[in-house]
Amino acid sequence: MSRDLSRRTKLVLYGVLMVLAVPFVFPTWWMVTSSLKPVADIFSFPPQLLPTDPRLDAYQRVFELQPFGQQYLNSLYIALLVTVGTLAVASLAGYAFARIRFRGQNVLFLVVLAGLLIPSEVTIVPLFQMFFKLDLIDTHWPLILVPIFGAPSVLATFIMRQFFISLPGELEEAARVDGLGRFATFWKIALPLSRPALGAVAIFTFLHSWNLYLEPIVFLSSPDKFTLPQALTQFVDAYGGPMWDVQLAAASMTALPVLAVFVIAQKQFVEGLAHTGLKG
Amino acid sequence: MTQTDTRVGPAAAGPTPGRARPFWTTRRRDQLTGYLFITPQLLGSAVFVILPLVLVVWYSLHEWNVLAGSFDFIGADNYAALADDPNLGPVLRSTGLFSIGLVVLNLGLALLLAVLLNQKLRGTIVFRTLFFSPVVVSLVAWTIVWGFLLQDNGGVNGLLDTLGVDGPNWLRGEGTAMLSVIVVQVFKNVGLNMVLFLAALQGVPTDLYEAAEVDGASRMRQFWRITVPLISPTIMLTSIITVVGSLQVFAQIAVLTQGGPGTSTTVLVYYLYQQAFQFHHFGYGATLSILLFVIVLALTVLQWQMRKRWVFHES
Repeated sequence: MSRDLSRRTKLVLYGVLMVLAVPFVFPTWWMVTSSLKPVADIFSFPPQLLPTDPRLDAYQRVFELQPFGQQYLNSLYIALLVTVGTLAVASLAGYAFARIRFRGQNVLFLVVLAGLLIPSEVTIVPLFQMFFKLDLIDTHWPLILVPIFGAPSVLATFIMRQFFISLPGELEEAARVDGLGRFATFWKIALPLSRPALGAVAIFTFLHSWNLYLEPIVFLSSPDKFTLPQALTQFVDAYGGPMWDVQLAAASMTALPVLAVFVIAQKQFVEGLAHTGLKG
Repeated sequence: MTQTDTRVGPAAAGPTPGRARPFWTTRRRDQLTGYLFITPQLLGSAVFVILPLVLVVWYSLHEWNVLAGSFDFIGADNYAALADDPNLGPVLRSTGLFSIGLVVLNLGLALLLAVLLNQKLRGTIVFRTLFFSPVVVSLVAWTIVWGFLLQDNGGVNGLLDTLGVDGPNWLRGEGTAMLSVIVVQVFKNVGLNMVLFLAALQGVPTDLYEAAEVDGASRMRQFWRITVPLISPTIMLTSIITVVGSLQVFAQIAVLTQGGPGTSTTVLVYYLYQQAFQFHHFGYGATLSILLFVIVLALTVLQWQMRKRWVFHES
């Protein structure tokens, strides 16, 4: 629908877009600026768009109250491991389902796809028991293993399969003529070509792991094992009331790095997600 | 690699008399590679998806109190207890309200934003980035910030005050708590569906609109008669993803309302968490898991059926 618009229509559109942008932008803006304010100013009205007297006290207290550096590291390494693991599992399976003919292929694909209908919320009770029996409660293993093989990785396999199907068959013919085996064809030819799909899968896998909340609070109990989402809710005073400024400082530190990566690579983020098997 | 059998097809299929065929033909080798490639996914699914699903059925047939150390087979008693549970009605109601509210608001807003961003307008990429940005903000961070903004003396009511409206205490009122949770989640993730819609809109050929223009069809009519049918596969896909996702909501509830006030925001996953991990009723928790699974399954099948009916065409 790319028709030329009159100047007046354009102005109206800009106005509408700007009003609509407020609930998307203001919370993040307010989170960061308020984390620099003294507590008394956080609830002042009208809200101060910029702190009048910026200070970093709250940031210091984040690290005093919790092993926040350790928790940051936990979230980061878990999310990275899950991302790499999912990419490996999903690209291998996606490639096989898309490009290799083997007996039972369709049935096995359906079995794997069924995982999409079984989110880990459904299986959290037995998963807890399984990891309890293996003595892996209060370790990071459940947060690493379940996403790499569970529903998120099934979606990744589906996306990779859709992408590999769209690759032209001649590529493999050429590889075969050159004497490349299946794995070499996959590794040297198909995988480099599938960078957009791999990028999209990497992004949503990382975000999924980074955002997990139910699983950490079920599986983890020691503060130095906590992940960030779990840690953020722990900044409360002796009466259980939230410590506003400290929470906002911790939330800012959690959100800003990912946001920065997004702004730099927003084209890959948005277009990668749009142009995968999810296109429908 | 194999030197003896590079040709695959009818000519190579039959045994050649007088020459021993190697066991590892290209085709066999390929089959084996296929199985090897899917093994990690298949084994992983078996251990972390299928086995737990079987176990959840088994557990649901037991009275299991972790604290007391009891694990007794009780047949369908948990299911009978489920049917008698006075909380079941309110929990299902909250779950339904949340899902319907989320899907309607999310898809509606996503489509509106996508249509606005698909106009010939400079700077749409900036707005696309802004609308998408909450998707990459940590879910709990986003929820905490909205929790502050929705306080009685928070930013939202401050804004309403300047407009002369006396805002309610959003998270403490029965109706407004649910609305708040839905709206917070919509703004968080609507960017994802918006991007998918935008990609679909860009795939609609412009000459269709030109033809409609010649025929004198209004913009509204063009939207309903051309745009919507042509992007219906994407509408279907996003609605399936959004519905299934809406049934998994947990962090927002835990951070914003803890299921309250009363049970007004106690959705099924939150109730399941309470029963299993706060009250240690694992058997009953497993029964609630089955209920959740059945709902996910039923809704997916239903949507798949609807897709055959009203999706315009499949590319």
